[in-house]
Amino acid sequence: MSATAAPAVQCRALALHGGARVLVTGLDLAVQPGERWVVLGPNGAGKSSLLAALAGVRCADAGQVWLAGSDIARRDGLALAAERAMMTDRWHDPFAATVLDTVLTARFRFGGASEAAVQAARDELARLDCGGLADRDVRSLSRGERQRVALATALLQDAPLLLLDEPTAHQDPRHQALVLERLAQLGGRTVMATLHDVNAAARLATHVLLLTGHGAWTAGTAQAVLTPARLSELFGTRFGVVLADGQRLFHLAGSPDQPSAPGP
Amino acid sequence: MSALPPAVGTGAPATPATRPRGRVLPALVVAAAASLLLALLVGSVALPLRDLAAWLGGAEAPLVASVIELRLPRVLAGFAVGALLATAGALLQALLRNPLADPYVLGVSGGAAVAALGALALGAALWVMQLAAAAGALATLALLFALARRALFTRDALHGEQATTVVLLTGVMIAAFASALLSVVLTLAPENQLRTMVFWLLGDLGGATSLPHALASLAVLALVLLLALRHAPALNLLLRGDVQAFTQGVDVERTRRTLVLLAAVAAGTVVTQAGAVGFVGFVAPHLVRLLIGNDQRQLLPAAALAGGTLVVLADTFARSAFAPVQLPVGVVTALFGVPVFLWLLRRW
Repeated sequence: MSATAAPAVQCRALALHGGARVLVTGLDLAVQPGERWVVLGPNGAGKSSLLAALAGVRCADAGQVWLAGSDIARRDGLALAAERAMMTDRWHDPFAATVLDTVLTARFRFGGASEAAVQAARDELARLDCGGLADRDVRSLSRGERQRVALATALLQDAPLLLLDEPTAHQDPRHQALVLERLAQLGGRTVMATLHDVNAAARLATHVLLLTGHGAWTAGTAQAVLTPARLSELFGTRFGVVLADGQRLFHLAGSPDQPSAPGP
Repeated sequence: MSALPPAVGTGAPATPATRPRGRVLPALVVAAAASLLLALLVGSVALPLRDLAAWLGGAEAPLVASVIELRLPRVLAGFAVGALLATAGALLQALLRNPLADPYVLGVSGGAAVAALGALALGAALWVMQLAAAAGALATLALLFALARRALFTRDALHGEQATTVVLLTGVMIAAFASALLSVVLTLAPENQLRTMVFWLLGDLGGATSLPHALASLAVLALVLLLALRHAPALNLLLRGDVQAFTQGVDVERTRRTLVLLAAVAAGTVVTQAGAVGFVGFVAPHLVRLLIGNDQRQLLPAAALAGGTLVVLADTFARSAFAPVQLPVGVVTALFGVPVFLWLLRRW
């Protein structure tokens, strides 16, 4: 491995358990700077757990994780905050706060919000179509708006790696497109996001990681991994693909596999 | 809607920009000073402001001097007690993201009282009893940490949401246990000590006659507040959840441990000074939050000022309303605090 370009994210023999279930095992991954990875898998497959483990928020049940070449187990919160930002789909807004102040919490690692940071926060909110919300109480937002504010917060942390749990959740078609476009224009920043929409994944991803939730996984370029056969097997329902305007469009074909009957 | 001037970015939770937050702290300083002055002047013997001014001007006034000598330690101790309780309450409410958190709920005051009254029942000297109270507060906290260890010390920040509930419930149980122990001590204690003990349990400033002790409490207050303020930006992030705070760079466990320790030191100091004064730790932070919002950098000093003022006023009332009979100040804070708290809840 060359000393100049350590992978943005690397994990070796990573295992994640959910209670007694083994969600992922033996995961070896090397995400290069600037790549955009989308994690796909059925509900409960461990997508959010994987992001949490890569962020250092959750302990892995086995294996190691490196961010930009350094072991996350050896880094404290402040050092990690400079390496990665994470957006979860769980927000806690127990007390009143303006949207602007909420976004500016991302500047904690810089010791506070400068004038420039306030402007950057306003710009980021505007790019995500939240420009008019800056002075609103964050608790009064709709779920879609709150999610975009959470994304703006993660972006304002100015970390080279973004770990995003369902960045397009609760978004209408226009805002989904807006979010995907913003994520595709982050320059050299590395993105790792979970999504449920296969076509959104095809639009955003340079690489894809499939998690079955039973330990197995598949990783590779979006072109190689996103195939109707693989998706059909992963989700338990048949997928087809058509070409439209030079883009691959996945669609459901046929009815889903029925839930297996309970044993005797 | 968006015609409002942009709020100044603080990186912290804020109230709507229309509230005159900047004026609240100075107003609280004035209120605190006024309450201190009032407490010195009012009592079983009224002290005219004119005489006080003359005495301060150097005039010979033995009566004024002795009244001041009598009241000053108690007034300062009262302020320290209220400010420490409010600081501890504000810290614990923010840390646990729970308005029920307060030194009493977490059993820290109860543990301190058990140790103090146990020492008293064994015939210990006053200073031993005070030392025991401080030791009791710290021991209770150590017990709380040990029992809630898995919840508090885990790197697994996802579980932190549950941790606050575990700590709170553990504290409630410790408080219940302390209460049972106190009943044992009270039942077995010699008859002639019962009255003193009950006053301690209710919270009483009648024993605060030592100026050095009051000044020491004020010094603890200054230290606790200063250290807490250093962690205020981190506390602002912790309010929004442990995971969020951790991903944004807060050392969640260390910050939480430091602040819980500060709250315990504050609560222990209060017990050595006045026994178990209730409701100030609840009410003062809530009251202030309504005025200036939830930015801990402003909330902590404001809550301290409000808490100090409240206890000084409550104690002035306690010792002058039925003079020469003196009520325990804890009874007054409860009598006023409970309705105020219920009113605050209705407004929430």
